[in-house]
Amino acid sequence: MSAGTITSTQPPCTTSADVRDLALRIRLGALDTIATAGLGHVGGDFSVTDILAVLYGGVLRVDPADPAWPDRDRFVMSKGHAAASLYTALALRGFFPESELATFAGPDSRLGGHPNRRKTPGIETNTGPLGHGLPVAVGMATGAQLAGAGWQTYVVVGDGEIQEGSNWEALMYAAHRGLSNLTLFVDRNRLQQGAGTEETNALDPLDEKIRAFGWETSVVDGHDIEALWAAIRAPRDHGRPVAIVADTVKGKGVSFMENLAAWHHKVPSAEQVELARAELMGARA
Amino acid sequence: MSAAPEIAMHDCRKAFAQTLIELARADERIVAVCNDSVGSSNLGGFREEFPERLINVGIAEQNMVGVAAGLANAGYLPFVSAASPFLTGRATEQIKADIVYSGANVKLCGQSPGVSYGELGPTHHSIEDIAWMRALDDLPIVVPADPEQTVEAVRWAAEVEGPVFLRIGRYKVPSVSEGQVPAFRPGRAEQLTDGDDVTLVANGTMVTVALQAAGQLEASGIRARVLNMATVHPLDHESLLRAARETRGIVTVEESVPRGGLGGAAAEFLAENQPARMRLLGTHEFAVTGDVEYLFDRFDLTPGGVADAARNLLAT
Ligand SMILES: Cc1ncc(C[n+]2csc(CCOP(=O)(O)OP(=O)(O)O)c2C)c(N)n1
Ligand SMILES: [Mg+2]
Repeated sequence: MSAGTITSTQPPCTTSADVRDLALRIRLGALDTIATAGLGHVGGDFSVTDILAVLYGGVLRVDPADPAWPDRDRFVMSKGHAAASLYTALALRGFFPESELATFAGPDSRLGGHPNRRKTPGIETNTGPLGHGLPVAVGMATGAQLAGAGWQTYVVVGDGEIQEGSNWEALMYAAHRGLSNLTLFVDRNRLQQGAGTEETNALDPLDEKIRAFGWETSVVDGHDIEALWAAIRAPRDHGRPVAIVADTVKGKGVSFMENLAAWHHKVPSAEQVELARAELMGARA
Repeated sequence: MSAAPEIAMHDCRKAFAQTLIELARADERIVAVCNDSVGSSNLGGFREEFPERLINVGIAEQNMVGVAAGLANAGYLPFVSAASPFLTGRATEQIKADIVYSGANVKLCGQSPGVSYGELGPTHHSIEDIAWMRALDDLPIVVPADPEQTVEAVRWAAEVEGPVFLRIGRYKVPSVSEGQVPAFRPGRAEQLTDGDDVTLVANGTMVTVALQAAGQLEASGIRARVLNMATVHPLDHESLLRAARETRGIVTVEESVPRGGLGGAAAEFLAENQPARMRLLGTHEFAVTGDVEYLFDRFDLTPGGVADAARNLLAT
C-alpha cells in the first residue's frame, strides 16, 4: 500500500490503484487464513472485499494505536461470517500483526470464527447471528447525531441477511431520525447459504424497497472501486441515511468459486488454494 | 406405516431427517419449516420427496416460528428445524406467545446445539437453549442421546398433541441405548449402569462421557449409577429421588449451562424434596475460541473431568 498517511487516523490509500492493491492483499490474506484454519466463509469474504478495501483503504478515520478513540468512524460488519476478510483488512490497517491471522479459529485465538469486540482490536460489536449489525449501527449514528459529533457510521449487511425483520425495523427508524451520517452497504451477491435469494425469499427490487423506507439509495457495481468511493462521497445534504446496494459476485475473483452457493463455507483444498492465488494475482497483474 | 429403512445409527441429524420423511409419508399434515437451513438441518431428502411441504422462509427466524403457528392453526403439523441458537434465541417470544402460550401443535427442533459449532464461537453455540425453553410454561424438552432415541423421540413428538422442543445433536455419537426397547420413554430416565456410590445424570452427547467416567470410577472402586435423563421437562422425579436416597451424591453433566439447564432442574427439584449433595457440570461461560474437543476439555466435559468431579464430591 503506498503511503498517503498524514496522521495515523487518516486512511492510507490516495488512489484507486492503491485500493485495488489493498483488495488483492485482503483476498490473498483471507484465502490463506481460511486455508490455514480449515474453516471460513470464502464466498462472502470475496464478495465484500472491495467494499472493505475502499473503507479501510480510503474512507475510515480510525486509529490502530487507539482503537477506542472516541471520534473514530464506526464500521460494523453485520455479516460476521466474513470474519477472515475483515480480520485481514484490520491487520493490514495495523490493528494487529498480519502473522496473527494464522491463529484464526485456533485454540484461544483472539480471532474467533466470528468477530468479538472484547478480544479483537478494531471490532465495534459482536456479530454472527444475522440481523444485528444494522440496528446497532443505527444506535451509533443516533449517538453521533445527539452529540453533534462528526464521525460517520458504516455498516455492511448481506443480502440474505436482510431477510431478517430487525433490519427493516432499523431501516425505518434510521430514516425517521434523518441519519445522514449513516451509510449502509448491502452486499448484493444474490446468494444466501443454501440457494439464491430470489428463489428463497425474493428481495428485488431491493433498492426501491429501501428508498420507500426513506433512504437515499444507489445501486453500484460492488467491485468497482471508483463507483463505491463516489457513492460514499456523494453529498449528504438530503438529510437521509444512505444505502448503497452493491452488486457483487459471491466468490469474486476465483472462477471456480464465483456464483456458487457451495462456496458459502466450503474450504479450498491445497491445490485449489494455489489455483485461486494464481487467478487473483493474474487479474491484478 | 411400512417397515423403517436402515438408518445410519451414529448420526442424530440423519436419524431425525430420515424419521421425519417416514412420518411425512404416512401423515400428510406434516410440513418442515426452516430458515435457509435445508443443508444444515439435513432437509434435502425431505425437500426432494415433498417439495411443497418444505417451507423455507429464508433467514427470518421470528417469521419462521410465527408461520409455523399459523400452519398449525390451518391443520398442518409443522416441524420447525433450525440451528438451535437462532431458533430458541432469536424467536424466543414467538415460541412463548405463538407456540407455547397459544398451545400451537408445533414441534421445535433445535439443530446443532451446545458447542457443536466449535470455532464459530459463542454466537453460534447454543448453551442457553435448555434454560430458555425450560422457563416456558410446561414445554416438553427432549435431548436424545443417540440416533435410536432420536428416532423414537421424533415419532413421539409427532403423536403427542401440543408443542415439543427437541434438541438434535450435530456430531456423531456412539449408541447408548442399543438393544434397549423402547430406546426412549418420554419423561423417564434410563438407568444405564447400576451403582450406589454416586449418580451421574447426563443427557445428549454427555451420556457417553458419563458412561466413560463411570468406567474410570469403577477402576478406583467407586460404583457410579448413570442415568440418561433425555427428558429435561417433565423431569423423572422418581429416578432423582432414588438417586438422592440410594447414592451419596449426584453429578449432572450437560452440554449447556447448568443454571436453568438439566443441572438446575434436578437441583431445584431435589432442594425441595430430597436435598442431595450435587455438582452441576456444563458449559459455564461464553467459550474461548477452539474446536469442540478443545472446548469440552476446557469445560471439563470429559470422562476424566466428570470422574474427578464425582471423586471430589464424595471426598468432601
Ligand atoms: C440469525 C441467523 N440465522 C441463520 C444463520 C446461519 N447463516 C450464516 S451465513 C448465512 C447466509 C447469509 O447469506 P448472506 O447474508 O447473503 O451472506 P453472504 O452471501 O454475503 O455470505 C446463514 C443462513 C445465522 N448466522 N444467523
Ligand atoms: Mg448473499
